[in-house]
Amino acid sequence: MELFATLQVIWWLLLGVLLIGLAVMVGMDMGVGTILRYVGRSDIERRVALNVIGPHWDGNQVWFILGGGAVFAAFPLIYATAFSGFYVVMLLLLWSMIVRPLGFEYRSKIADPAWRNVWDWSLFVSGAVPMVVFGAAFGNLFLGVPFHFEWNLTSFYTGSFLALLNPFAILCGLLSLALSVCMGAVTVMNGAEGALHQRARRLATWAPWVAVVLFAVGGVWVHALPGYQITQGPGAGIPQTPLQQTVALAPGAWQALFAAHPLLWLVPILGFAGMLGLSLAARAGRSHLAWWLGALAWIGVIGTAGVSLFPFLLPSSSDPSVSLTVWNSSSSQLTLLWMLGFAVVFVPLILWYTSWAFWVMRGKVKAEQIAHDEHAY
Amino acid sequence: MIDATVVELSRWQFASTVIYHYLFVPLTLGLSFLLAAMETVYVTTGKPIYRQMAQFWGKLFMINFALGVATGLTMEFQFGTNWSFYSSFVGDIFGAPLAIEGLMAFFMESTFVGLMVFGWERLSKGQHLAVTWLVALGSNLSALWILIANSFMQDPLGAHFNPVTLRMELTSFQQLIFSPDAQSKFVHTSIAGYVTGAIFVAGISAWYMLRNRHMELAKRSFRMAALYGVLATVGVITLGDALGFVAAQAQPTKLAAMEGLWKSEPAPMAFNLIAFPDQSLQKNEGAVQVPYLLSLLVTHSLDGSVPGIDALERQAAQKVENGIPAVLALKTLSTNPHDIAALAQFKAHEQDLGYGFLVQRYAPDLEHVTPQQVQQAARDSIPPVAAVFWSFRLMVGFGLLMLAYFVLAVIYTLRNRVQHQRWFLRAAVWMIPIPFLANETGWLVAELGRQPWTVFGVLPTWMSASTHSVGYMVFSLSGFVLLYSIFIAVEMALMVRSIRQGPDEPGSGDSRSAPRPAIAPHPAYAAARDPHPEG
Repeated sequence: MELFATLQVIWWLLLGVLLIGLAVMVGMDMGVGTILRYVGRSDIERRVALNVIGPHWDGNQVWFILGGGAVFAAFPLIYATAFSGFYVVMLLLLWSMIVRPLGFEYRSKIADPAWRNVWDWSLFVSGAVPMVVFGAAFGNLFLGVPFHFEWNLTSFYTGSFLALLNPFAILCGLLSLALSVCMGAVTVMNGAEGALHQRARRLATWAPWVAVVLFAVGGVWVHALPGYQITQGPGAGIPQTPLQQTVALAPGAWQALFAAHPLLWLVPILGFAGMLGLSLAARAGRSHLAWWLGALAWIGVIGTAGVSLFPFLLPSSSDPSVSLTVWNSSSSQLTLLWMLGFAVVFVPLILWYTSWAFWVMRGKVKAEQIAHDEHAY
Repeated sequence: MIDATVVELSRWQFASTVIYHYLFVPLTLGLSFLLAAMETVYVTTGKPIYRQMAQFWGKLFMINFALGVATGLTMEFQFGTNWSFYSSFVGDIFGAPLAIEGLMAFFMESTFVGLMVFGWERLSKGQHLAVTWLVALGSNLSALWILIANSFMQDPLGAHFNPVTLRMELTSFQQLIFSPDAQSKFVHTSIAGYVTGAIFVAGISAWYMLRNRHMELAKRSFRMAALYGVLATVGVITLGDALGFVAAQAQPTKLAAMEGLWKSEPAPMAFNLIAFPDQSLQKNEGAVQVPYLLSLLVTHSLDGSVPGIDALERQAAQKVENGIPAVLALKTLSTNPHDIAALAQFKAHEQDLGYGFLVQRYAPDLEHVTPQQVQQAARDSIPPVAAVFWSFRLMVGFGLLMLAYFVLAVIYTLRNRVQHQRWFLRAAVWMIPIPFLANETGWLVAELGRQPWTVFGVLPTWMSASTHSVGYMVFSLSGFVLLYSIFIAVEMALMVRSIRQGPDEPGSGDSRSAPRPAIAPHPAYAAARDPHPEG
């Protein structure tokens, strides 16, 4: 039982690591897509921006796929309930995301300006929409979503698609978009020169302030929201279904863990510090440092959400007692154990060869040479 | 209860998106190894023509790869979005191989594919070769884990149903990954990808030879593809036979449908070469039979036999009767997991739980099930025979056709005469769609033959889907059809365009293509990066 509870918490942490990896790595590529038409005023500037992430976007995108796979393997009930409940939003996410590989791969194969314009806009949509959806999904976790189960755990989602795009969720979506824009700008800054570099730098200087405001407003907003609290249930490390607990709404429940462990306030502070630091570093022209501070900002933001919600993963607003938690929606002990073994071996390996790939491709992308190269993006 | 129309539309959506995705995957599997082989020859012999080959086919590889990745995203999420009951019911087992696929394989493939394209000038010859091999290894490992997951749906080994958590749970990871179905299916399917890559390269090379373009590249590519293809085709057929043998053990209903075997017969059993199965009358029209052959094929002996659909339906009816008390006990356990009597009743009947679910479709109230309803469920346990029967025959037919093609191709190319056999070159171009059709019909045999289950014998398809409205399903299915149609048009146009342009050959005797500025025969993009960042 203790082993099982420990594994559940470890997988909750690992899920956080994967979501942060997704936000940082996919977020920066999507940020580049979002700001492509703003920082790149000419076709060649846009091509430079795309070629900065050209060798890496494919590998980075696997964080997204792995995120989905890990939720499936470690918290199958979350995967099943959330993905089907958020159906139309998930479709928006998927449809915008599946355009992205084609945008990278096909855009520069034909020189026609109309063709390239279409793909530029596709890259904008496939950068901005998924980041907004990603943040909005988090926002809805704080509010709870309307779902319930039949006796055999068939889930029913009873809300509308538009209810998922409520003001608080949109605020979270914009925060996520702002952070991805910051990271995209820093990435372009790092890999490009000249006017493109300057525009990206200006963006990376002021965009973090938008994120700071949104994060602060979000924090105040959550204070006013009622949180969820387990009042009775089998508890951690006991095999169970969500049909065996009772959950109540309680004011301040989303701050309960911060109140119990004040040191945890460092997590949101880290978020703010990362954002402000990113802005300062970008101003000083230190793109590498700015990137790492942006990663810290993501750790702070996603960490704050995780700490607030713990142990909840997907609260139900229509039937709070069937809310999904780390304890009632995880996989079995054996599965968690095997998956942990694979994660321990492969996550460090992934980080190692990803770093190597970035190291191999380090340096600035030059406009003059792309113009004469039919193989570049 | 889930609306039957929603289940039907969810099936159409899954089938169409996976069939579409599966147009790109086999080519990735096969081409990646061919690229690695070409580059290996380049590195060991130092002949630039092989570098040119690796880069040219690499360009086509990437056009295909982009759509494979894009449409793979849909698959990773569709279990959750559209098959949510399935996902929570078997996620404890099924999710693991999918996540491991990401960790072990897809990350490697995708990270190194960027270096493969952009790294020619940045990496040493040996490093770049290693990167290309890692892409090939990654894509094939990816296939391994996906097929382990798929095999769990065909033959759920290494798992049991836990009445406390109301789902299937892992009991043995080793049994899951070493399942006989997974092993033979992985080899059969990945080698089918190699055949696809081989026919693709051979066909396009033949097209160049017919036009007397890029002769050096075309002849060498053709030869490599032909040798690779003939070995692979033999492998596919051998492993296909092994897979049939496995199915005979684990999924007798699939095998009976593949062979149109309505009535059980004593050994040695005859093989239906051609027949027109009629599901409602439960018999074949216009059958052309080969005596003895079926026993030989599926049991590898003359005195072996397999049950016909009549016997399988009788067995299913018994299992349905036995499964009903299991579902009833489970309902009690759902509210009170400590009910001793219910637990005992569940334990006594748990092996047929899935058949209890099967009849629930017709008898929502399991306390009162009529014999007709049991019969209905038993009849349901048989997959759509005509579709499985014909998909199977088409797949095998395509396979034999490709074997004949590759035998001829090897003979011609080893005698260095293939460029003179114009009829054969023309045929080679027309062969390009064949492996794609074989792959898809193979998928149909495997997955239609699994019906009416999503997890064979455990979880019926009718209760696996998400509880969406018909409107949502119409919306999403139309969206996919629209987007995917645009994608395939764009992809085909770019593919054809790149093939027409051909490889970059400065000073080649290519009189038909428009004059192009002379550029270095390698992706010079990489040189466009200054290796010393920020001063």
